[in-house]
Amino acid sequence: MKYVLGVLVDNHPGVLSKVSGLFSRRGFNIDSLAVGVTENPEISRITIVVDGDEYIVDQLTKQLNKLINVIKVSVIGEDSISRELALIKVKATPVTRNQIVDIVNIFRAKVVDVNRNSIIVEITGDSKKIAALEEMLDDFGILEMVRTGNISIDRGMKMVKYIRQNKEEEMYYGKNVL
Amino acid sequence: MKLTGAQVLIECLKEQKVDLIFGYPGGAVLPIYDVLYNTKEITHILTAHEQGATHAADGYARSTGKPGVVLVTSGPGATNTITGIATAYMDSVPLVVFTGQVAASLLGRDSFQEVDMAGITMPITKHNYIVKDPARLPHIIREAFDIATSGRPGPVVVDIPKDIQTALIEFKPDDGQPMEWKTRGKWYEEADNNPENMEKALELIDECQHPVIYAGGGINISGTHKELLEFAEKIKAPVCVSLMGMGAFPGDHPYFLGMVGMHGTRYANYAVSNSDCLIAIGARFSDRVISKVENFAPDARIIHIDIDPAEISKNVTAHIAVCGDVKEILTELTGKVHEKAENGWNKQVQEWKKTHPLKYRGQGALSPQYVIKKLYELTEGKAVITTEVGQNQMWAAQFYKYTEPRTFLTSGGLGAMGYGLGASIGAAMGRPDRRVVNIAGDGSFKMNSTELATVSKYRVPIIQLVLNNHTLGMVRQWQDLFFQGRFSQSTLGPDVDFLKLADAYGIKGLRISSNQEVEEVLKQALSLNEPVVVECDISPDEKVYPMVAPGAAIDDLID
Repeated sequence: MKYVLGVLVDNHPGVLSKVSGLFSRRGFNIDSLAVGVTENPEISRITIVVDGDEYIVDQLTKQLNKLINVIKVSVIGEDSISRELALIKVKATPVTRNQIVDIVNIFRAKVVDVNRNSIIVEITGDSKKIAALEEMLDDFGILEMVRTGNISIDRGMKMVKYIRQNKEEEMYYGKNVL
Repeated sequence: MKLTGAQVLIECLKEQKVDLIFGYPGGAVLPIYDVLYNTKEITHILTAHEQGATHAADGYARSTGKPGVVLVTSGPGATNTITGIATAYMDSVPLVVFTGQVAASLLGRDSFQEVDMAGITMPITKHNYIVKDPARLPHIIREAFDIATSGRPGPVVVDIPKDIQTALIEFKPDDGQPMEWKTRGKWYEEADNNPENMEKALELIDECQHPVIYAGGGINISGTHKELLEFAEKIKAPVCVSLMGMGAFPGDHPYFLGMVGMHGTRYANYAVSNSDCLIAIGARFSDRVISKVENFAPDARIIHIDIDPAEISKNVTAHIAVCGDVKEILTELTGKVHEKAENGWNKQVQEWKKTHPLKYRGQGALSPQYVIKKLYELTEGKAVITTEVGQNQMWAAQFYKYTEPRTFLTSGGLGAMGYGLGASIGAAMGRPDRRVVNIAGDGSFKMNSTELATVSKYRVPIIQLVLNNHTLGMVRQWQDLFFQGRFSQSTLGPDVDFLKLADAYGIKGLRISSNQEVEEVLKQALSLNEPVVVECDISPDEKVYPMVAPGAAIDDLID
């Protein structure tokens, strides 16, 4: 089963390697990992999709919590929004171009580049939607694909947030660098 | 007040009440050593090798409960500490290791003696830092000590580039503000510290018929031995310990069962296997304890009490978990639990104790087990024992009765040969009021015997008890039992004359060749207030029994 974890970490150099190092040495398999800064520039949020059972998620959460730079770990449940972005370069001839554009429109994706031999399609959605488009475009020949990894957020007022208690401490070096 | 980074480091060490550090100078820490030159409040112990320094700091930390501090240079100086750091990590020992680093301008350029310590030590430290902003140095040092010593202790590495050591920093004394990392409150927040669990645990303890306590290193670390004794006596539960739990419960108490697991006593293993309620306290269910998971304590409901939530249900599923400070939890449990009366279960356990005592058959003129027994008698269980790793370690655990915490120092989790000599140096510095004896084998003793130089230089009055069988005894034992006696690369000698080796370092050497000589020679060694090496000629066929074969259930023992 796939689990999605939202992990708040210090926005410091070296933190991402501490987190990813933990996965490899404890033998956890991750499907995807996406990281970016949050509304608080001192804190980054890592979204991890992990394939495993309850034991794995329990251990993973606890082991992550032991890292000093990890502030909070939450399992993102069903009631949430998940998205990832993919850029797909598809082989396109004057004959197939329109067919591809039709498919792109059905998926509410976008064509962001076109030339004589190819089209680049941008799509945002959960991984199922991206997989579906990928399958459709495969018929024309996918030349190159790049994906961001999944990010998830809870619906409504449920939040993965951390409010620092002593706010006066100044922010230190290395902002936005992981 | 403006100070250099090196001065700030020393000021912060004083702030932390550090009066002893172990280290080895080199190019990338010259500014720090220069400040140390005039620092009277801090004694620096110069070891022969950085690994020895790290083990010594570890021995100091384990024997005193205070953090051990190491100072070494960059590159090879830093990498030589790795085994020591990993040892401390596996056994939850508070160490703060300061490593020099090349100047920031040279970082990442494969400079002379540059190595990525933050990267290398990531999986073997509780936390690590590379200091890049001089202004952050005081905060980082304070936080490093706080992290190393709080919760489940562990080693912390602080890598300090040379330019940070010379940079001028505005230094303000510690204002005692709580550390930010602690105010996050994640430690217990999401852990299994539900108050309901405490109620469930109490209920289960009150109901159970065959309780057994399995105590680990957490009792020693938190100094909860008195509370444990009170608890065990109130619920009339026999107590077995892990290797790290030696000293957590008095070794001469009738409820004491000794070690459980691979080289545990038969009665400890039988008790656990027949228990209906196993209360694990400050222990982590190592594979050396549980062996075959499915057959471990098959009839028991398991209550797991530990400060580290990640240990709960990691190796063995806990039915009830109580997470937090073991001392607080045990005090509450003892207060609320109903007193039990001794019953058939206690009788049964005593019966096992009587019918299956630890025994040994002499394979030569001198039995190593007898030497250790005698050592226990002559020191009245008051010595601090360090060990190397292998047969010597197991015999030291089986035949010396530890009566208080922090008196048995051994590389449990990592199993690092070469640990004992360094650790004994640190222990002797930390506990000058006690006799310190390192129980070693010839193989492991040779691994770091260079530290005899340190023993000699500082005239540390330690006894090195080298059980010499000219082999790697434990490897040989496994080869004998499981590899048809094909002794591949486990025969070492005769190669070294340990008395001559001791003599080269100006250390007194004594030899024991038969059981008749044991008492006299040990008495002599103990009466001297100086370093001694005692070589014991033992047979290579001595074995550590009982033993659970790998993959077998713990009540299926060979002896």
